[in-house]
Amino acid sequence: MTDESPALLSIRGLRVEYATADDPVIAVDDVSFDVGKGEFVGVVGESGCGKSTMLFALARLLSPPAEITGGSVEFRGENLVTMTEKQLNVLRWRDFSVVMQSAMNALNPVASIGAQFADAIAAHAKYSKAQVAERSVEVLRLVGIDPIHLKSYPHQLSGGMRQRAMIAMALLFTPDLVIMDEPTSALDVVAQRALMIQIRELQARLGFAVIFVTHDMSLVSHFSDQLLVMYAGQVVEAGPTRTVFDDPAHPYSRGLLDAFPSIRGPRVPLTGIPGSPPDLARPPIGCRFEPRCPVAVADCATTRPALYSVGPARSRCLLNAPASDTASTLASPREETQHG
Amino acid sequence: MAELLHTRGLSRHFKVGGTFSGKRLHAVDDVDLTINTREIVALVGESGSGKSTIARLLARVYKPTAGEIIYQGRSLETLRHRKDLLAYRGDVPMVFQDPFSSLNPAYRVKHGILRGLVLHRPDLNAAQRHAEAVRVVDAVGLHPAADILERFPYQLSGGQRQRIGFAQALAYRPKLIIADEPVSMLDVSIRIGLLNVMAALREDEGVSILYITHDIASARYLSDRIAVMYGGHIVETGPTEAVLSDPKHPYTQLLLSAVPDPRAPLNTEAIADRGEPPRVVDPAPGCRFRARCPLAIERCGVQTPVLRELGPAHHAACHVAVAEDLSRA
Repeated sequence: MTDESPALLSIRGLRVEYATADDPVIAVDDVSFDVGKGEFVGVVGESGCGKSTMLFALARLLSPPAEITGGSVEFRGENLVTMTEKQLNVLRWRDFSVVMQSAMNALNPVASIGAQFADAIAAHAKYSKAQVAERSVEVLRLVGIDPIHLKSYPHQLSGGMRQRAMIAMALLFTPDLVIMDEPTSALDVVAQRALMIQIRELQARLGFAVIFVTHDMSLVSHFSDQLLVMYAGQVVEAGPTRTVFDDPAHPYSRGLLDAFPSIRGPRVPLTGIPGSPPDLARPPIGCRFEPRCPVAVADCATTRPALYSVGPARSRCLLNAPASDTASTLASPREETQHG
Repeated sequence: MAELLHTRGLSRHFKVGGTFSGKRLHAVDDVDLTINTREIVALVGESGSGKSTIARLLARVYKPTAGEIIYQGRSLETLRHRKDLLAYRGDVPMVFQDPFSSLNPAYRVKHGILRGLVLHRPDLNAAQRHAEAVRVVDAVGLHPAADILERFPYQLSGGQRQRIGFAQALAYRPKLIIADEPVSMLDVSIRIGLLNVMAALREDEGVSILYITHDIASARYLSDRIAVMYGGHIVETGPTEAVLSDPKHPYTQLLLSAVPDPRAPLNTEAIADRGEPPRVVDPAPGCRFRARCPLAIERCGVQTPVLRELGPAHHAACHVAVAEDLSRA
């Protein structure tokens, strides 16, 4: 991102807590990043890493016990975190929209696609009937669905079509930002690939920015501009997608990349990442990835790493800390321990 | 390699629509599948292609509409006695997709394993059963096994639960484990661990595995042979490397081109395809892939292609696919 043009969305120190009977669980901890105009930002991580919570937080869709307890989300210069519902409703759907994970559950099963489009339009604008019909046909055509399906009910569409109908719905007002929560996870590879290419085409045509959350790192490899890798509520690596894939700085990103068998090249034994993510109610004191990390050093257990610059990317790993900080920490890597 | 199980013309149809519609959905049609001892066979296809129906047919959850399953030289149709069926179910257990709903949350982990042992291995006494339970939990890479056995499912992660699924199956001393999408609900970082467990079970315990998946890359990682399903048919089968390095069927080619591979440049061949897998209701003859097929010819609309040998042990059901030069192979 260039400094001259202000970012479309600028997130600084975002923190989300879930209130529990004991100490609060910090699901999103100090997340900062920018989304430029027309940019595609991929957010990857395992289940429970806080990626969906973060996405709900920045769309202000959290409900108790989850609550934003710090940071700001500036959308075109206005802070969404401090806005009232009334102020938000002006922006929602018109300026930023959300595509939910499961189109099967997100669409109303007893209303036709057209009726649901009309509903969304009526909630956010004053269109005449003719305008509603015209716009509905337009957006369905955009995603390659025959407008005849405005009369169809969700169960009459295939999984891929339902997901595309959801995207069409998000585009009703041509927003500046579309937030997508694993929109392809219920689809087969072929449909998945077709949908990804379509999102990219639409983006090129209409110029909206996308925040795309997924657990499948390889899925966004050819589509996103920036990539954010999350682990245990924190961003552990952020940078241009190609850099993160070609030269991952954080051991967790490396582990994630090595966890995918390839369909080309030699068949090599892979190890994945042993162990499982930490309990966020009791995160490790030092680096959160330390218990699973194959290259952890003694300091990792006690020192909380910051996000250090590594070329064009940033990495939350002590081994990437500037040289002055690490002189003492570069002891021999600890033996890899066996986890279940 | 000795043959363990094969199917001949295996088909399963379901009634769809109203009671009197008379329509039948052909979930699995005319499938010939062979699984040898100590072999991992991957069954790959989109959702709705019939892979899980095959798993359920093999596990005797469904009875076939037509065709038969021959296990160790004996047709399953001839298994009439409870004892025979019980023995078969012990020999061919199933591991399910969802590790969160396939373990009973009210019981400790040992409950399911010990119950299976009581049922399938009545020769063991209580101490031997416990020793065996420890052994199988150990075999799937969960340590310390004695401690894990005392836990409740909610105390285990998804990957650990799925390993318990395999431990349960292993307790029966199985010959063939049917694993229906065992890793698809797990996080990517722990999938490989479970695939490695499956590979180790074959090495150490000598079981065969039918690995059902939609993830062709993991099929390649694990399997010796692969069978690709489309619309209830097996459209291509052969040694995994042969099929993936030289796919003969246009559907296999499409499937391969759609796999995201961060190490390779973006493949744009799959762009044109916006098709959907078919719902095969009362099909007319003809290739079921023809509506999406870039190579379809007139014959594809009138005659159903059958599997032809196009390379060494490599078969594809396509009128257009060309045999490789066998002298070269």
